[in-house]
Amino acid sequence: MIPPRFEYFAPSTLEEAVEILGRYGGEAKVLAGGQSLLPVMKLRLAEPKALVDINRIPNLSYIREEAGGLRIGSTARTNDLNDSDVVKRRYPILSDAAAVIADPLVRNMGTVGGNVSHGDPANDLPACMLALGAAFVVRGPKGTRTIPASSFYKDTFVTTLEPDEILTEIQIPKPKAGQGNAYEKLEKRAGDFPIVGVAANLILGANKKIESAGIGLTAVGPTALHAKAAADSLVGQAPGDAAFKRAADLAMKLAEPVSDLRGPAEYKRAMVGVFAVRALRTAAKRAGGGA
Amino acid sequence: MVEAEVRMPEEAEVGPFVRIHVTVNGTPREAEVETRTLLVHFIREELRLTGTHIGCDTTNCGACTILLDGKAVKSCTILAVQADGRQIRTVEGLAEDGKLHPVQEGFVEEHGLQCGFCTPGMMMTTVALLAKNPNPTEDEIRHAIAGNLCRCTGYVNIVKAVQYAAKKSQGGGSK
Repeated sequence: MIPPRFEYFAPSTLEEAVEILGRYGGEAKVLAGGQSLLPVMKLRLAEPKALVDINRIPNLSYIREEAGGLRIGSTARTNDLNDSDVVKRRYPILSDAAAVIADPLVRNMGTVGGNVSHGDPANDLPACMLALGAAFVVRGPKGTRTIPASSFYKDTFVTTLEPDEILTEIQIPKPKAGQGNAYEKLEKRAGDFPIVGVAANLILGANKKIESAGIGLTAVGPTALHAKAAADSLVGQAPGDAAFKRAADLAMKLAEPVSDLRGPAEYKRAMVGVFAVRALRTAAKRAGGGA
Repeated sequence: MVEAEVRMPEEAEVGPFVRIHVTVNGTPREAEVETRTLLVHFIREELRLTGTHIGCDTTNCGACTILLDGKAVKSCTILAVQADGRQIRTVEGLAEDGKLHPVQEGFVEEHGLQCGFCTPGMMMTTVALLAKNPNPTEDEIRHAIAGNLCRCTGYVNIVKAVQYAAKKSQGGGSK
């Protein structure tokens, strides 16, 4: 399969890229790793008139920790998360997710920015970003704005990103003492899209009680879901199965899975519960809270 | 008899074109490609390097695996224009002076193939793996080849072939 015809641009600055996107008024798409975009173009699910390749823009592919936390340039490859020591040590949820996104060959091309901004509810990183309270820096014709992950996802393949805006950086708050997180994914076979995925982030206070929590769900709704009620139910609780199961029940209530080849809706909903407890247990262990 | 309607493509149905420069197995190459040309088609049809196979064409099977700036990637899901200015290595670039690459030798010696269709991609992934991790464990090998599907071998001899190549590349000779 060969994609439909399109104009191709490889600008060397963000300004130029934004200008081209604006000129095409929603008919152009940003090409980052292309591992989701090219397959949908081959299938004619997307037929953009132009592609704006952002890979020739310098300084857009980095992973570094600053005073405020982790900064990921939007064209950093998914495998760069696996290769990053700081991610492994301090943001283990991202290592969990990066290890189960597609396969190593796809991860060498696919970008972190593409994964979070494509808007596919089955992508693994959006749920992690929701759990971590991440924010996305985007560049448009009027300059730069920062969008919290919690208000970024609107509907399947629909985000608050305007057609002439480009995601440039992902910002993840610096981990606090007593913080732990994990991503648990259920898949039919290695490299597949998830049946369900659950991202969990816990911060334990000095008294070993949960001070704050974040939970994100993959593939059980029109977008990745921010399970706020489930996470809030954990605040003030001791980390352990009693609290985790209550939170898992709330996550199951929020989930709206649909029956498809990956399983019936009831099964998926049940698995949200199972995988929420597992993710919370691992997060608590990593936070130093036993469980 | 119904006469089939034959429609000739109009001029506007090809293009637009972009000129690209790539280095393929050490040799600089230059070509005019349609923007929508996939890298695998450029490699097979323009460069006539047919060792890189097209399997599923849907980013699943890994038969089209090549090295792009040293990283193993699926050339059916990359545009030829994306390779502009970059280094491409295909299976044809493995043997030197008629001598098989240790990875090729491993697949021969350990019977790491049956029908052979997945083999070029499997070997390119192996070359990238050993460059990064010269002495991988079995678990690391199995994870590294997770994007390369083989429907014949059951992977057992492929793992052995990779282990052979790892040993050979480190100067350990054949076992």
